[in-house]
Amino acid sequence: MIYYIIHRFLYAFPLLMGVNILTFVLFFVVNSPDDMARMQLGQKHITQQAINIWKQQHGYDLPLIWNEKADNPIAETIFYQKSVHLFVFDFGISDSGRNIGADIKQRMWPSLAVALPSLVIGLFVNISLALMIVLFRNTYLEHLGIMLCVMLMSISGLFYIIGGQFLLSKILLLVPISGFDSGVNGIKFLILPVLIAVISGIGSGVRWYRTLFLEEVEKDYVRTARAKGLSETQVLFKHILKNAMLPILTGIVVILPLLFMGSLLTESFFSIPGLGSYTIDAINRQDFAIVRSMVFLGSVLYIIGLLLTDISYTLVDPRVRLS
Amino acid sequence: MIILWTDSLIFLLVLVSIASFFYVLHKPQWQRPLEKIVRNKTGMLSLLVLLFFISIGLLDSLHFKSNQSNSHEIISVLDYCADTIKSHSEKTYSAPFATHLYSKEIILGDNGSKHWAHPRLVYGGAHLQHPESEYKKDIALKTFIGFAKSSLIFVLIGAVCFATARFMDKTIVLNSVGKALLLLTFVLFTSSYTLIYLSSYYHVMGTDKVGEDVFYQAIKSIRTGLVIGFLTTLVMLPLAIVFGIMAGFFRGWVDDIIAYIYTTLNSIPSVLLIAASILMVQVYVANHPDSFTNPLLRADMRLLFLCLILGVTSWTGLCRSLRAETLKLREMEYVQAAQALGVKRAMILYRHILPNVMHIVLISVVLDFSSLVLAEAVLSYINIGVDPTTYSWGNMINNARLEMAREPIVWWSLTASFLFMFSLVLAANLFADCVSDAFDPRRSRT
Amino acid sequence: MTKKIIFILLAVLLKGCNISQLNNPYPQSSTEQSILYSAFSEQPKHLDPAIAYSEDEYKFIAQVYEPPFQYHYLKRPYQLVPLTARKMPTVQYLNALRQPLGVDANDKDIAFTDYIIDIKPGIKYQPHPALATNSNGNFLYHHLTKSDSANINTLSDFSQTGTRELIAQDYVYQIKRLADPKNQSPIAELMKQYIVGFDEFGKQRATQPNTSLNNVSMSGVTAVSRYQYRIRIKGKYPQFKYWLAMLFFAPMPWEADAFYSQPSFSDKNITLDWFPIGTGAYLLAENNPNKRMVLKRNPNFHQEYYPQEGDVDDKKQGLLKDAGKKLPFIDQEVYSLEKESIPYWNKFLQGYYDTSIIVSDSFDQAVQISGTGGAFLTPSMQKKGIQLETSVTASIKYLGFNMLDSVVGGNSESARKLRLAISIAIDYEEYISIFLNGRAIAAQGVLPPGIYGAGDSNSNINHYVYNGKNQRKSIQEARQLLAEAGYTNGIDPKTNEALTLYFDTAGAGIDNRSLMNWYRKQLEKLGVNLVIRSSDYNRFQEKVRTGNAQLFIWGWNADYPDPENFFFLLYGGNAKVKFGGENGVNYQNPKFDRLFEQMRNMDDSPKRYEIIQQMQELVRHDAPWAFGVHPKNFNLSHSWYHNLKPNLMANNQLKYTRIDPIARLYKRTTWNKAVLWPLWVILALLILILMPIVQAYRRRLQATLK
Repeated sequence: MIYYIIHRFLYAFPLLMGVNILTFVLFFVVNSPDDMARMQLGQKHITQQAINIWKQQHGYDLPLIWNEKADNPIAETIFYQKSVHLFVFDFGISDSGRNIGADIKQRMWPSLAVALPSLVIGLFVNISLALMIVLFRNTYLEHLGIMLCVMLMSISGLFYIIGGQFLLSKILLLVPISGFDSGVNGIKFLILPVLIAVISGIGSGVRWYRTLFLEEVEKDYVRTARAKGLSETQVLFKHILKNAMLPILTGIVVILPLLFMGSLLTESFFSIPGLGSYTIDAINRQDFAIVRSMVFLGSVLYIIGLLLTDISYTLVDPRVRLS
Repeated sequence: MIILWTDSLIFLLVLVSIASFFYVLHKPQWQRPLEKIVRNKTGMLSLLVLLFFISIGLLDSLHFKSNQSNSHEIISVLDYCADTIKSHSEKTYSAPFATHLYSKEIILGDNGSKHWAHPRLVYGGAHLQHPESEYKKDIALKTFIGFAKSSLIFVLIGAVCFATARFMDKTIVLNSVGKALLLLTFVLFTSSYTLIYLSSYYHVMGTDKVGEDVFYQAIKSIRTGLVIGFLTTLVMLPLAIVFGIMAGFFRGWVDDIIAYIYTTLNSIPSVLLIAASILMVQVYVANHPDSFTNPLLRADMRLLFLCLILGVTSWTGLCRSLRAETLKLREMEYVQAAQALGVKRAMILYRHILPNVMHIVLISVVLDFSSLVLAEAVLSYINIGVDPTTYSWGNMINNARLEMAREPIVWWSLTASFLFMFSLVLAANLFADCVSDAFDPRRSRT
Repeated sequence: MTKKIIFILLAVLLKGCNISQLNNPYPQSSTEQSILYSAFSEQPKHLDPAIAYSEDEYKFIAQVYEPPFQYHYLKRPYQLVPLTARKMPTVQYLNALRQPLGVDANDKDIAFTDYIIDIKPGIKYQPHPALATNSNGNFLYHHLTKSDSANINTLSDFSQTGTRELIAQDYVYQIKRLADPKNQSPIAELMKQYIVGFDEFGKQRATQPNTSLNNVSMSGVTAVSRYQYRIRIKGKYPQFKYWLAMLFFAPMPWEADAFYSQPSFSDKNITLDWFPIGTGAYLLAENNPNKRMVLKRNPNFHQEYYPQEGDVDDKKQGLLKDAGKKLPFIDQEVYSLEKESIPYWNKFLQGYYDTSIIVSDSFDQAVQISGTGGAFLTPSMQKKGIQLETSVTASIKYLGFNMLDSVVGGNSESARKLRLAISIAIDYEEYISIFLNGRAIAAQGVLPPGIYGAGDSNSNINHYVYNGKNQRKSIQEARQLLAEAGYTNGIDPKTNEALTLYFDTAGAGIDNRSLMNWYRKQLEKLGVNLVIRSSDYNRFQEKVRTGNAQLFIWGWNADYPDPENFFFLLYGGNAKVKFGGENGVNYQNPKFDRLFEQMRNMDDSPKRYEIIQQMQELVRHDAPWAFGVHPKNFNLSHSWYHNLKPNLMANNQLKYTRIDPIARLYKRTTWNKAVLWPLWVILALLILILMPIVQAYRRRLQATLK
């Protein structure tokens, strides 16, 4: 077991290296450091000298991957300085001058504050609705439910946000339109984003859980249980839900770490100071240092998620052989 | 005749899909699912809606240089047909079927006096003398005329069809699916005819900030949605099929490498990957201004790249399921037997594996389609979607979301894009359901 | 029976729905305090006065840092008054041998000018850990070890603060910071041309970057005594006094640099660029550019009083009610980050922001334009008691013709007529009404109204483009000019096709497509084909820098209210391609240059006015720009917001502002009554839907039991 985990852990390194090389190629093929400097320095009174100083301060004055002049031709390059340092979570400073690591630490909590309730409540709502639909399978209610799900699925997330904000905040004046606060004060800000996240997720979520449950329904043990004279509800809750919980939970484990990354749309519409809006701002301002860091962070979290999934599989189902 | 990059790929795609349709038509393992699809009412109705959208998109993909004015603009057949709507641009916002501008302005009276009021529109309801009293009646009348005309045409065409059938001694008998299809065709035909008829007198979906007709924008956006939904699959299919089958069939180090590639790609948040690539395209275009003098060409380039990069980010899911399926298939007796007989591997892949995974490909194509159309809107919001000059629902929403803050609220752009997008995506989703039901082995047993 | 009960319940609930301010984004406890709420949409990038150069940043630091002079809050035209200085600077002209000259000395003899500034004694800095000392006078936090700073995450984590008196040396220190290449001050290049020793200082610093600035001296800037310092500039530059009112010349204690330069701080974003230290009315108490910024009253603020006199109308407007009272009035200002304009506007309407600018999309709701062109509020806004203040900004947005271009550029008569034809064809009045809802005026020349030399609206008319006031020449006249230029009906004789012009733009914005379409339409009126080349901002700048652009839009925000700050944009010596200056269109006219050199050193006088008119005439004739628009600011504020007068030059209005929190509380409560009945309707609907489901469920249960 431990050997297996170590093995998987080591496998993460070549993956991250691949991510790093890919992003590096993308970003430095796109824009030369001169462009970045000009972008960040603004428009009034710019000279080449100012650009050079900026590049030096941000570490962009080195060659890209090979420095002939330096003693250590690999270490003193942009690639080494900018990409390899990421491995020890040293994100450096953003192109506009702030320390990225400190910003990330500060901003991941608001992201989590939105994402976690959305996940938990969404899970609860989706599973109960899916159970309901399975219970009424082969009736008009099932058709109606599925049709509703497909319709909910066919609406772009942007409409949910725009519509929700318009209705609940502007017309009904029930919740603040946007903003964020920590602690108890923050709850009123979270109601709307969480509600929207839950509703927009119902369509695909319910359909997904429904197929999971249906798969279980057709299994032999369910027939036996029914034959024993258990009522439909007992079958559903005692057997089907219990057995389907395994794939559901292992499916969630993979996205747990990614919750930190936040949601791009929700956060920027509700001006929640999380990592999602951080990323969007960085893209719009073309702050490559931040985008690069977020790419790396996202990959790390994804890989952690994979690792956790593997582990949880082995924990819940001893039959899965470790190889 | 001018062929843009995406145009050529669209026609390639059309050819490929027609060819593969005939390829599978006579395969025994496809007979039953296809029959099931044909018998499914919802599925066939949604397919009809999809085809309706696709034909509009195809019309919009035949480009040529206009010689009307001296501007030598590149326009499509659709533009040519909709020239009246396109040219009817007002000054700024006007509501659907309005005769006056939405905002007030200073109007110079005949005697030089100025007053603050809603000015008349240049085109919308311009034929009316006294819009206040006439226009409700006029709209009702025009709607009725449009509907009557189109119904007449439809009935005539129908009658001709029946007559020819009778003449050739065949009777057309419609089952319930056929009847529903006929009804939907009637509805689509008459409603689009009526809308087009009306839109030469009114702005049926209003006008936007610079007075452009919203109905025209929404129709033009169809092509963008379809291109994103379908071309992306054209990009991802070869990658996914080749890699997926190879990984499943050869296993060993081939599998390892392919798994490495897709895990790496998967682990990068796709929005960021798309953002980086789009920035790259922008720089490329900016560095080669001479190759892209026409804004349409430039927008097309960006659209193509968006499809490419979306394809790169979305092939991994299909690749994985293909790999799993191939793993199962290679243990099948007939594959084992073929291997034992020394049939070449490439032959086995082509003869035995490929046809048996094609249904997975089909299901994933129709399933991905709707999510890609939805993704376009989100990407446009972050400014990394299609070119801002391209007509797309994403751009329409992006422009219109600020209009929700206006008072009185400007709702029509958002509603129009919502309706069009919703109907396309809903049709695609329903059809996807129908297809995956048809191929579901468990269902076929019962 | 059950129905009746439900109805009664509903009625009771509806009565009890009188819940207000559920949507209040601030903690309930703060409602009655004198706190001003507003928003910022762009995160500030720099809060260091040597670097900051944008509105988003000045909004904060102008309340914290105090340069020696400021603009009078009420008087127009803008007038400088002392802030931390005791009086206006003493100006002393010197000849090349550094001997003093008289006030009326000949311009040619003046080689140097000395500005001698006396500051008020007794001004104290805000409480700040950088100034904290122990009983021996040693600084507490200047040499922290890694373990000392382990628990420090933000500035408020330091337990001790200190203060000290403002001295002349602090101003000198800041000017040295401007010259230090490490700080990359945006005005360093410009100041090199003026301040004696500035350039040498910068070069010297580049070789020894790590010594304290205290140990290096700048020859032109010296502290004469504890409360007096002197700046020596090259030649005569009367506009220099305006620079002294900008935040670049605010004081900086050397202790701040020593404190912030400690190595472990930069990892936590504790830098001078984020945590200002000043003498102003407010101090930055909370600094979270990702969420909100909070300014609090500075307990050490020196004596400053609301101005006693103002413009003619000010008394009538109630702007002098607080005359002579001690500043500041407000205890705290909370700025929240608000990126999207919809929430911003709606929160303003709900009373949760005290002021708002108007964006184009909320315009119709708020403002109507009267028959005479004046703006007034809509009845619904008036009912809410909202106030509107408008003012034309000291800025210009123009369409530049690259004068180096072979088609539109050059001094030939045909190119000039082409440019004029385009200038007439582009109907900026329409642009203003479509894209800006009238929030601008069409420019008649280089100078916006209110700047010396612009004249009044009756005399300031570009008669090459306009027939009279507000009356643009007809498109026929433009076509006539075009034909005279050799392009009859827009056909280029060389190709026999429509003349194609290229329009460069850096646009990814939302409005861009419609805007570009609009420009295309304007030139279509002439039969000219306009090709849009849009690229990112960098490429666009590069094109302008290398002279490869043809038509482009550019803008300028004045640094100070003087015509020199506008005309230098067309001065030949500032040509972009040749000298890398700000003359983006590379306009070069020897006569104009000569007049400019003459005008820039003059004090305002009828003669200067005359020269300015000549320059305007030259530029209008040559038309290197299609003079676009001067944007207008529309400021909305609620009835409880007092003493608002737009001041385009000063950013330190906050200390003059007064609010009435009780009135605000009352209005907020009445405006924000939550509407709860839809919730009950939804609940009822849900129950209605659930009932058959429950029944079906029961039936099913029985069926399986059977």
